Amino acid sequence: MATAQAEKRAERGGGAVPRSVVPRPARRTPRRAHPERWVTVLALLLISVGFVLPFVWMLSTSLKTLDRTMEMPPRFLPDPVVPQNYLTVLQNPKLNFPLLTRNTLIVAVLSVVGTTLSSAIVAYGFAKIRFRGNGTLFGVLLATMMIPFPVIMVPLFGIFRWLGEHTPVPFLGTLTPLWLPAFFGSAFNIFLLRQFFLTIPAELSEAAQVDGCSDWGIFRRIVLPLARPALAVVALFTFMGSWNDFMGPLVFVQDPSQYTLALGLQTFQSQHGGTEWNLLMAASLLVILPVIVLFFMAQKTFIQGIATTGLK
Amino acid sequence: MGTAARRAAEAEAGAAALPAPRAREQAVARRSPWTRGPGFWGYVFISPWLIGFLLFTLGPMLISLYLSFCRYDLHTLTWVGAKNYEVLLTRDPLFWKSLGNTALYVLFAVPLGLTGSLLIAILLNQKVRGMPWFRTLFYLPSLVPAVASALVWVWVFHPDAGLLNHGLSRLGIQGPQWLQDPRTALPALILMSLWGVGGGRMIIFLAGLQGISDELYEAASLDGARGWASFRHVTLPMLSPTIFFNLVLGIIGSFQVFTSAYVMTGGGPNNATLLYVLYLYNNAFRFFKMGKASAMAWVLFLILLVFTIIQFKNASRWVYYEGGEKE
Repeated sequence: MATAQAEKRAERGGGAVPRSVVPRPARRTPRRAHPERWVTVLALLLISVGFVLPFVWMLSTSLKTLDRTMEMPPRFLPDPVVPQNYLTVLQNPKLNFPLLTRNTLIVAVLSVVGTTLSSAIVAYGFAKIRFRGNGTLFGVLLATMMIPFPVIMVPLFGIFRWLGEHTPVPFLGTLTPLWLPAFFGSAFNIFLLRQFFLTIPAELSEAAQVDGCSDWGIFRRIVLPLARPALAVVALFTFMGSWNDFMGPLVFVQDPSQYTLALGLQTFQSQHGGTEWNLLMAASLLVILPVIVLFFMAQKTFIQGIATTGLK
Repeated sequence: MGTAARRAAEAEAGAAALPAPRAREQAVARRSPWTRGPGFWGYVFISPWLIGFLLFTLGPMLISLYLSFCRYDLHTLTWVGAKNYEVLLTRDPLFWKSLGNTALYVLFAVPLGLTGSLLIAILLNQKVRGMPWFRTLFYLPSLVPAVASALVWVWVFHPDAGLLNHGLSRLGIQGPQWLQDPRTALPALILMSLWGVGGGRMIIFLAGLQGISDELYEAASLDGARGWASFRHVTLPMLSPTIFFNLVLGIIGSFQVFTSAYVMTGGGPNNATLLYVLYLYNNAFRFFKMGKASAMAWVLFLILLVFTIIQFKNASRWVYYEGGEKE
């Protein structure tokens, strides 16, 4: 059901995201309050408390002195308030926040550029060019999405180790294994972009064809500019995935100078975790903050992107 | 669990659940006039993926299969036949322990997570004031990097100074030792996973709910169906493709949970939270038993494959596709 429907909708609107499925702000409640509506709001409020409490707890702990973190019973309002904890974390040589951030950003930015570009190129091939085996290969691509990272991490480790020993480029112990595969497209993103490219009317590319435009020209000048919303979704998801990734860096990165934020945070915890909860919470919040800011800046793209994945 | 892997799984499930109409695809291809030669440019365009597929997916899968029949410690490689599998299945209690733990985790985390996200989506779909505000709020925890959320929850579960036991003591309940107690450690990880129910799955449910036309509800209410009956006979069937999608990817994702166990308990106490992928990781990168780890990887792959196939086979019994046409 959903495929056909969503495609029809997308065709009509010509947009990446079927507008009608995107949650719109609710209409104002009628004045005469329904009793059921109150129950709903009450339930929502109660559940929200459960969702927000860990955040509040984190923030509160991050602003406490060390001995106050163990105070019984615990208090939500820190007294005294110690914002210096954040400075301590930022300047902690064991954590080396600036370096971790730099490494994480290198991996994230390269992954975003690599995945977005290569996935768009591949998606164009699948969506707009007829060649033998197109359907079969696309089926293979879909199937690869079921293969979990843990299944291939051992041989990948071996491959990068081998490459490092047999080529002048060092692989293991550098950030390369974390972003290099991104340049070969990712199945999920290729799938997403292909579905989008299919909704771009053929007339557009046909007209360009008549004007003597090559496939590459059509891709560059027509498809890419039209696909900006879909590319934004891909870029955002990739950035978040890369920022949050833990297992990849854990397996491939060995030298602390190459640690990413996620890995650095975990190492910091395993070294001091049992004790300095205020610093640990401050560090966690610092790692979370950029992601949350990014989410608020691009909330619409996010929600629409997720809603689309479920429907196509 | 790896976000990328999960997303990939999501998309896979979605794609496979809703097969792209092939005829249409071919029609598109036929319409395009710029096909010269045997689709040479097609291969050029998909070549990045093709190379990447061989280098980073198919190649590793085959190497992994080969390694699973070898003893390999990164220095010496010896062919041992099916010994790794034999050891795992017959002589390695930790393998079964980790598989059992993971099965328990999947058995509870998936249904609880699905119910939770569906419940929140239904509440959010009630046209209440401040819906976008609530939606953002529920979504936030799923944005938190796995390591950070693991750390927060270690602190929440802290037996003495933790938030949870403090709350319980207010209610007059003596809280357990949570992560330090073999009986409560795994339930604690499951409980923690529920913090993320407001994430992608919930948004997908919400989109699914908003896709159900009001006419159906009106027709049902004319027939006298309200409340539960309307939910049971309209919402559930209409939402079944979405439920199916979330179920498939929920199972695939939960089988791969790693970060929370690695960061929060390291598999302890007494291996109570030794999850499958954690044990796989330990074998590979702590004990350097790469061959055994590869065998575990293939067992995991086969388990997921079988689960997914079974679900697709069963789907026709309860998943309702509007229009009835499902290739």
